[in-house]
Amino acid sequence: MSIILDHVSHIYEEGTAMEYAALKDINLVIPDGQFIGLIGHTGSGKSTLVQHLNGLLVPTKGNIYYNGEDIHDSGYNKKELRSKVGLVFQYPEHQLFEIDVFSDVCFGPKNLGLDKKETELRAYAALKQVGLEDEYFYQSPFDLSGGQKRRVAIAGVLAMKPEVLILDEPTAGLDPKGRDEILDQVAKLREETGMTVILVSHSMEDVAKYVDRIIVMNKGEVMFDNEPKEVFRHYKELEQVGLAAPQVTYIMQALKAAGLAVDTDITNIEEAKAAIIQALKLQR
Amino acid sequence: MLRDITLGQYYQTDSVIHRLDPRVKLVTTLCYIISLFIVDNWIGYVIAGAFLLMVIKLSKVPFKFMVRGMKSIVFLLLFAAVFNLFLTPGEVVVELWKLHITKEGIRLASQMAVRLVFLIMGSSVMTLTTTPNNLTDALEKLLGPLKVFKVPIHEIAMMMSIALRFIPILLEETDKIMKAQIARGADFESGNLIKKVKSMVPLLVPLFISAFRRANDLAMAMEARCYRGGEYRTKMKPLIYKKRDGLAYGVVAFYLAVCIVFGKVLW
Repeated sequence: MSIILDHVSHIYEEGTAMEYAALKDINLVIPDGQFIGLIGHTGSGKSTLVQHLNGLLVPTKGNIYYNGEDIHDSGYNKKELRSKVGLVFQYPEHQLFEIDVFSDVCFGPKNLGLDKKETELRAYAALKQVGLEDEYFYQSPFDLSGGQKRRVAIAGVLAMKPEVLILDEPTAGLDPKGRDEILDQVAKLREETGMTVILVSHSMEDVAKYVDRIIVMNKGEVMFDNEPKEVFRHYKELEQVGLAAPQVTYIMQALKAAGLAVDTDITNIEEAKAAIIQALKLQR
Repeated sequence: MLRDITLGQYYQTDSVIHRLDPRVKLVTTLCYIISLFIVDNWIGYVIAGAFLLMVIKLSKVPFKFMVRGMKSIVFLLLFAAVFNLFLTPGEVVVELWKLHITKEGIRLASQMAVRLVFLIMGSSVMTLTTTPNNLTDALEKLLGPLKVFKVPIHEIAMMMSIALRFIPILLEETDKIMKAQIARGADFESGNLIKKVKSMVPLLVPLFISAFRRANDLAMAMEARCYRGGEYRTKMKPLIYKKRDGLAYGVVAFYLAVCIVFGKVLW
C-alpha cells in the first residue's frame, strides 16, 4: 500500500508564452506510515507536487498510483481518493465558510455521503485530535484566533479519516509558539493513528525534529531524497539553492572544525547538548 | 481552471503598438468601432479587415491570442447570424420547410458576423497591448475636461484600475478555494441546478471574506501612504504625446476618411 509517482511531469500553460515546467520527471515511492518532509524554496514545485497526489492536478506526462491503481484511470473514484489522501492547503483557514466550527468540520464527511451520526462522531473526534476545546465548537470560525482557525481547518480534513495526510506549509504565518504547537500536534497524531504524513515546508528547522525522510525539491526536480542526517550532510549544496540545514548542524560542524570530537549528524538540540557535554568530558 | 479568459489580458512584448500613448489606442479603438458601423458594403469591410491585420501584425501579438478571445463569443455570434439568416424578409433564395433564407438575410447575417468578429478583435488588440493601468490613465486624461462638471474622474479611474488589478487575484483565489473544497470532497459539477447553486456556498463565502480582507488591507496601505483622492496629485509617469502618436492619429484619420468614402459614399 503506497503512493507511486512514475515519471511525473507537469507543465503550466503549455503552448503559450507563459509555459512553465513546474515538475520535471519525478519518480517517488511513498510507503505507508512514513513521516516525510517535503522541502523546497518558493517555486520549487512542492505545492504542485502535492496537488498531484490527490488528483487535483493531472500530470502532463507520467502516472500516479495509489495502492496499485492508476488514479487517472477512467473508472477510478476520485472522491474516495480525496478522502484517503487528505490535503490541507496553505492558509487553510481561508477555506472556512460555515456558521460554526462544528458544521465546518462536518463538511468533509458529509460530502462522503456518511449519515448524520457518523459525520458528527468523526467531526468531534477530529476536533479533539487537533486539541480544540469544546467551548469553541459552536462559535463562528471567523471569531477564532489564527492558530485556532488553522486547527479547525486541519480537523476539517482529518474528519474524512485519511490514510495519508498532506500539510502544505502548515506553519506559515504562525508565531514560533503556534508553530511548535501545530507540529507537535501533528507528530502526536501520527503516533496515535500511524497514518502517512507529508509535511511541506521551506524550513529545515521545522521538519528536522519530526520526520524520518526528507525530499528536497529544486526547480521542479528531486534534489535529495534520504534520511534527514544524510540530507544535512549536503548543507553546502542546500545553501546554494536557498535552503539551509538546521542551526544545530552548523554548530556541530563548527565544533568539529575547531577540534571537538562530536557527531555532526545530530539534528536536534537535546541530542546536541548531550553530545557536547560528553565530548567536553572526554577532553578533560 | 479559470485561466482561459483573454479579454482584458495584457500580452507582454515590445512593439510600435505597445509603445503608443494609451490615449491614442483608446481613441483609435473607438474610431475603429465607429467605422465598423459606418461602412455597409464589402469594400468597406475589406478595408477594415486590412487595417486590423496591419495593426495586429505591428503589435507582434501572436494571432492565436486574438482567436482565443473569440471563443467566448462564438455562441452569441452563431445566435445572431442564425436569426438574421432566417428572419429577414426579402427575396427568397432557399426554402426549407417553413424557414426561408433570403438574399437580404444572407447579407445581413454575414455582415453582422464580420462586424462582431472585427469588433472583438479590435478591442482585444487594445487590451492585449496596453496594461490596465495605462488604460485607466488614458481614460482619466481623456475624460479630464468633465471635472468642470464636478465628475470625480480621478476617483472613477482609480476604482477602475483597482477593479482590473483584482480580477487576476480573485481568479487565483477562486481557483485555490475551489481546490481546497474539492480536497474536502466538494462537488461543483454534478447535480441539478439547485444542488449546483448550493454547492457554490463553500466557494463564495470564503471568496467574499477574502475580497473584503484584501480591500481592507489595500485601504489601509493607501491611507498609510496618505492617499486622499485626486486633488494636487501628480503622476510619476505623466502621459506625453510623442511624434509617433501624432502620426498614429493621422493614420487613423486617414483610415476613417477612406472608410467613409469607399464604404458609404461611393456605392
